Amino acid sequence: MNVHAIRAIYAFEMARTRRTLFQSIISPVISTSLYFVVFGAAIGSRISEIEGISYGAFIVPGLIMLSLLTQSVSNASFGIYFPKFTGTIYELLSAPVSFFEIVLSYVGAAATKSILLGVIILATAWLFVPVQIQHPVWMVLFLLLTAVTFSLLGFLIGIWADNFEKLQFVPLLIITPLTFLGGSFYSIHMLPPFWQTVTLFNPVVYLVSGFRWSFYGLADVSVGVSLGMTLVFLGVFLAVVAWMFRTGYRLKA
Amino acid sequence: MPLQLSRDFPQSSYNAAPASAIVAPMQSIISVAGLSKTYATGLNALKDINLEIRAGEIFALLGPNGAGKTTLIGTICGIVNPSAGHVRVAGHDIVRDYRASRSLIGLVPQELTTDAFETVWDTVSFSRGLFGKAPNPAHIEKILKELSLWPKKGSMIRTLSGGMKRRVMIAKALSHEPQILFLDEPTAGVDVELRRDMWQVVRALRASGVTIILTTHYIDEAEEMADRIGVISKGELILVEDKTVLMKKLGRKQLSLQLQQPLTAVPASLAAFNLALSAGGSELTYTYDSHVERAGIATLLKALDEAGVAFKDLQTTQSSLEDIFVNLVKVG
Repeated sequence: MNVHAIRAIYAFEMARTRRTLFQSIISPVISTSLYFVVFGAAIGSRISEIEGISYGAFIVPGLIMLSLLTQSVSNASFGIYFPKFTGTIYELLSAPVSFFEIVLSYVGAAATKSILLGVIILATAWLFVPVQIQHPVWMVLFLLLTAVTFSLLGFLIGIWADNFEKLQFVPLLIITPLTFLGGSFYSIHMLPPFWQTVTLFNPVVYLVSGFRWSFYGLADVSVGVSLGMTLVFLGVFLAVVAWMFRTGYRLKA
Repeated sequence: MPLQLSRDFPQSSYNAAPASAIVAPMQSIISVAGLSKTYATGLNALKDINLEIRAGEIFALLGPNGAGKTTLIGTICGIVNPSAGHVRVAGHDIVRDYRASRSLIGLVPQELTTDAFETVWDTVSFSRGLFGKAPNPAHIEKILKELSLWPKKGSMIRTLSGGMKRRVMIAKALSHEPQILFLDEPTAGVDVELRRDMWQVVRALRASGVTIILTTHYIDEAEEMADRIGVISKGELILVEDKTVLMKKLGRKQLSLQLQQPLTAVPASLAAFNLALSAGGSELTYTYDSHVERAGIATLLKALDEAGVAFKDLQTTQSSLEDIFVNLVKVG
């Protein structure tokens, strides 16, 4: 194991976060706070409680998940895409590092940033609404698994993308809509039966449901299924990234 | 900018004899066997390349644009997947034992690709870590001082000149103390002063035991520094030869005589000599092999005198490596 390389890449990526602190941390915190102001304080007071939870508190796990998913994907995709764009990828490809070490360091750094962001959003939420965490261990587990899984997705998007437009395509046009339609702002039990079934094809439903369960004990699907689906996504994304490195897809000529 | 050299890069090494003359017999440090590369576009960039690079030498790889130089380097360094064949670096297969082989290699690519927003110190330290070496601030300091980058250690790379960026790339490649250094067009687009500095760096590195493989478009660069020359054309390695042997083997000399009176034809009595008239008959050129001990100049001059051909001036010229290269590539 090339520990020095893992440390070097991880530190490099975290240094990039420090340099772009406003973009990386402050900006998502501000936008999430605005959600609480609008949906929690302004509109939320006119919406009845959902299964005994105030609407403002109900949306906290969904909002954290929304930021976690989009930021994990953005951080990791940009982290590997930028060296491709500038040409400095040559150094990574010619270094004595394995695919696993590269993934561990880039995905580790991206996941660290998004987890940090999730924690900051959680702390911000506490200022606006009463938040409970009934199952803290599960909460941390879901937070970790989701951050790592979607950082992996971001990493493979970063390898796949050959321009900035493609880099933005998946987070903006796939992840964000799926998160909005994945029960971040409502329980899927509030939908008509047909749309409940359709919604179950949305992978984000399982992430939001499991995460919300760890807060309030409320779940749209069982926590075991949520965990299982998260692990399936993790496995699939890992397999795709492994294939990319084995074949050199969009990395090596 | 003057280059500062430490005890590891001794000044005396600049005038050292070629490594091939010092270390004999030299062991092969890179062994390329049957290497081919066909890109997805169908371009056959490398065709059955077989090459041995000797430890401690400066090997210059020459070839026109698109000949396959960068592909060959990229394949050895792990950036390009080979289609066929094998490469061993110090006995390590570049695919199976990639960790061992890559840790021995430093690469300075042709393009100035740097992390614009990093500082010089951070980017060089990053490279050392990437290649599996523990942090060593003293070594990084030494490299930066040797490359005259020390005053810029805290500067962001985007603020540096092109020449300075090129030095940063060399510093990155040297950060993990490689035994082999690939320099892909190291002096492309740099000014004369920096070129000479680069040559000094390369010679000093060779003197410290580093094997250097460089590609260049500047034939005088190869002529000045290389121990051996390889010429690649259309993906084929058409020649590998010791530079001095190559110069002797393919080099030719010419004796040019400016005649007092123009001639309409070479006199019949001089037909035995390889003579050509030019400049409207006022210049007579005698071409001969430089490695022939008795070139026959004295005999020619005597024959000219007997034929009544008088000349007012004469000069000799020797073909440069550039001439040799151009001829080889034309043929290839």
